[in-house]
Amino acid sequence: MSFKDIELNMGPQHPSTHGVLRLKVSVDNELVLKIEPVVGYLHRGMEKLWESLTYAQVVPMTDRLDYIAAVSNNLAYVLAVEKLMGLEVPKRAQYIRVILAEIQRLASHLAWVGFMANDIGAVSVLLFGFEDREDFLDILETYAGGRLTVHGLRVGGVPYDLDDALIVRIRKSLDELPKKIKDIETLLTKNRIWRHRTEGIGLISAAEAIEHGLTGPALRASGVAWDIRKDIPYSSYEDFDFDVPVLHGGDVYDRYLVRLEEIRQSTGIIRQALDKLPAGEIMAKVPRILKIPAGEVFHSIEAPKGELGFYVRSNGTDKPERVKMKSPSFINLQSLPLMCRGNLFSDIVGILGSLDIVLGEIDK
Amino acid sequence: MTNTGFVFDVLIPVGKIVAVILYPLLMTIVMIWLERRVVALMQKRLGPNRVGFQGILQPFADAFKLFLKEDIMQDQADPLLFKVAPVMVMFSSLLAFCFVPLGEPIRIGTYRLTLWIAQSPVGLLLVLGLSSISVFGVIFGGWASNSKYPLMGALRSVVQILSYEIPIGLTALSVVFFARSIDLVEIVNHQSRAKIWFGFMLPVSFVVFWISAIAETNRAPFDLPEAESELVAGYHTEYSGMKFAFFYIAEYAHMVLVSSLVVLMFFGGWLAPFPNVPALAFLKVIPGFFWYLIKIMFFLYLYVWIRATLPRYRFDELIRLAWKWLIPLSLVNFLVAALLWYIL
Repeated sequence: MSFKDIELNMGPQHPSTHGVLRLKVSVDNELVLKIEPVVGYLHRGMEKLWESLTYAQVVPMTDRLDYIAAVSNNLAYVLAVEKLMGLEVPKRAQYIRVILAEIQRLASHLAWVGFMANDIGAVSVLLFGFEDREDFLDILETYAGGRLTVHGLRVGGVPYDLDDALIVRIRKSLDELPKKIKDIETLLTKNRIWRHRTEGIGLISAAEAIEHGLTGPALRASGVAWDIRKDIPYSSYEDFDFDVPVLHGGDVYDRYLVRLEEIRQSTGIIRQALDKLPAGEIMAKVPRILKIPAGEVFHSIEAPKGELGFYVRSNGTDKPERVKMKSPSFINLQSLPLMCRGNLFSDIVGILGSLDIVLGEIDK
Repeated sequence: MTNTGFVFDVLIPVGKIVAVILYPLLMTIVMIWLERRVVALMQKRLGPNRVGFQGILQPFADAFKLFLKEDIMQDQADPLLFKVAPVMVMFSSLLAFCFVPLGEPIRIGTYRLTLWIAQSPVGLLLVLGLSSISVFGVIFGGWASNSKYPLMGALRSVVQILSYEIPIGLTALSVVFFARSIDLVEIVNHQSRAKIWFGFMLPVSFVVFWISAIAETNRAPFDLPEAESELVAGYHTEYSGMKFAFFYIAEYAHMVLVSSLVVLMFFGGWLAPFPNVPALAFLKVIPGFFWYLIKIMFFLYLYVWIRATLPRYRFDELIRLAWKWLIPLSLVNFLVAALLWYIL
């Protein structure tokens, strides 16, 4: 029986391609020779659709892109539109945005730990991660009414104020988080099987990562200290004190450690934001129908998955002429073939998992 | 006396045959329920709790559903092998149970009712051999499906089972060496006479045997042939309905079989624990079959526990573990144990 140079189709219906991603994999027995991602199965024509919607109507649509981190999408889009308008957002609204975005980051990373562990075969951690994430989804639900598609931000500010009960609730969840993370770490971090499956797997060097446009935790695990929150601060991130975790291994294990450390840093940011939360307005003065003078702008933020940018071009009407999204999952996916070189078939799922892709964002 | 003759010659053998088919199936059902429920509770879920008391009837509901499913065979499949494979897997695990003693013989008047179908002087070899026949079913299933994922799963399975047969054989050898018999009943009797179980006498053998047994039954963390996140469902991806159920039941029956072997070889089979402590002699009142069940359930629980805890091995690591660690370890273990036996 020879199993040489056979082309395997992983997906679009496969348990661990995180959606409808198709990977054309050439294998020599278990060894991966070539891998080619085929995307587009979830294409909904979002960017074209936005051209027929008003600026405000686009915001809830962005929830459906990276549906694991809806608030981050909202934030990137509203910041781009505000930049185009030259609008100054009240300080309190900026802080609430930071709190919501970081809660979303926690939720996204916790879900990621679960997915990743499930891909490697540790099924229990999937449930643990999801249960921990549930807590933060509940907070978002209490705030905005939505759990997955939150629609938590508006152009010009935030729709609701943070009340005291919710602040207490957030603090309680943050206090409980370290113990939950420790549970996950007990099952994974020092587990020999986990380390065998992740250390030295999916290697990518710093130079290659930059060449391929890799961003987010995957880039920081390759030794590049690049975090837009720190380097080009937006929405008052410069007010908070936090570290950008950087590791140099460039493998799946380091991507896992970087994300765990980001969870800890995010809790710190949320605590600082809650402590320093200034009083004042939560919405800037914005007309009901936004008519933005002709112009174009690009703004990007540090989403949980990497650099998320929106390019918005206005022609003076109440609808954008063109909105282009720079989605981290899509761009990170292109380094998958590089990471998989010389690895085994079993490693593909782990490497793909470590990139943290969401198909809603890739296919738009 | 013709009546009693009829009972002894016909009814009891037929009853035993029925029992040897029902026992693994019953254990499978309990095991499926136990696994789903225990794993669920470990993962902060509830698991099946609707059908029957605490969901105990859920496996029946599942089986009924599978029974009603359409039996699909794709055009490119090899029809004969495709149909033979699940039967072969099921048959080999059930047949092996004929040689597994379930308890000490029960005396009814002058009649000695044995709790096994056949006591063979080479019982252990027969059980190991029959249980390895299931690998043919796996290969046939993967090959006959004529599909890439099942084929890959089958290939993995062959290499895995071949590799782990060796440490199983070597560790069984050390038990056989001390018991001076390959007869499973005799191995238990030897532990009864020696008043020490082989599990405590040969701990390394037990550990190696248990690890290899998990690999042999394709269970987590060695469930590569059916690794869900990689190969969808491995060698039985293309199977549906009752054919799939056969693979599924056979896997659980195999687990029960392997747990039985561990209990018989290393933990005294149906013997009551603490034979050396006079104060605990009352434990002998409980019939041997229950001790045997308790011990088996412990090892079945261990399967579930391990599955809920550990990530999955990768293929090369799995083979490395067998050839670089378990096989040399079991060889050295056998040599050291044998040397000590001659010296002491």
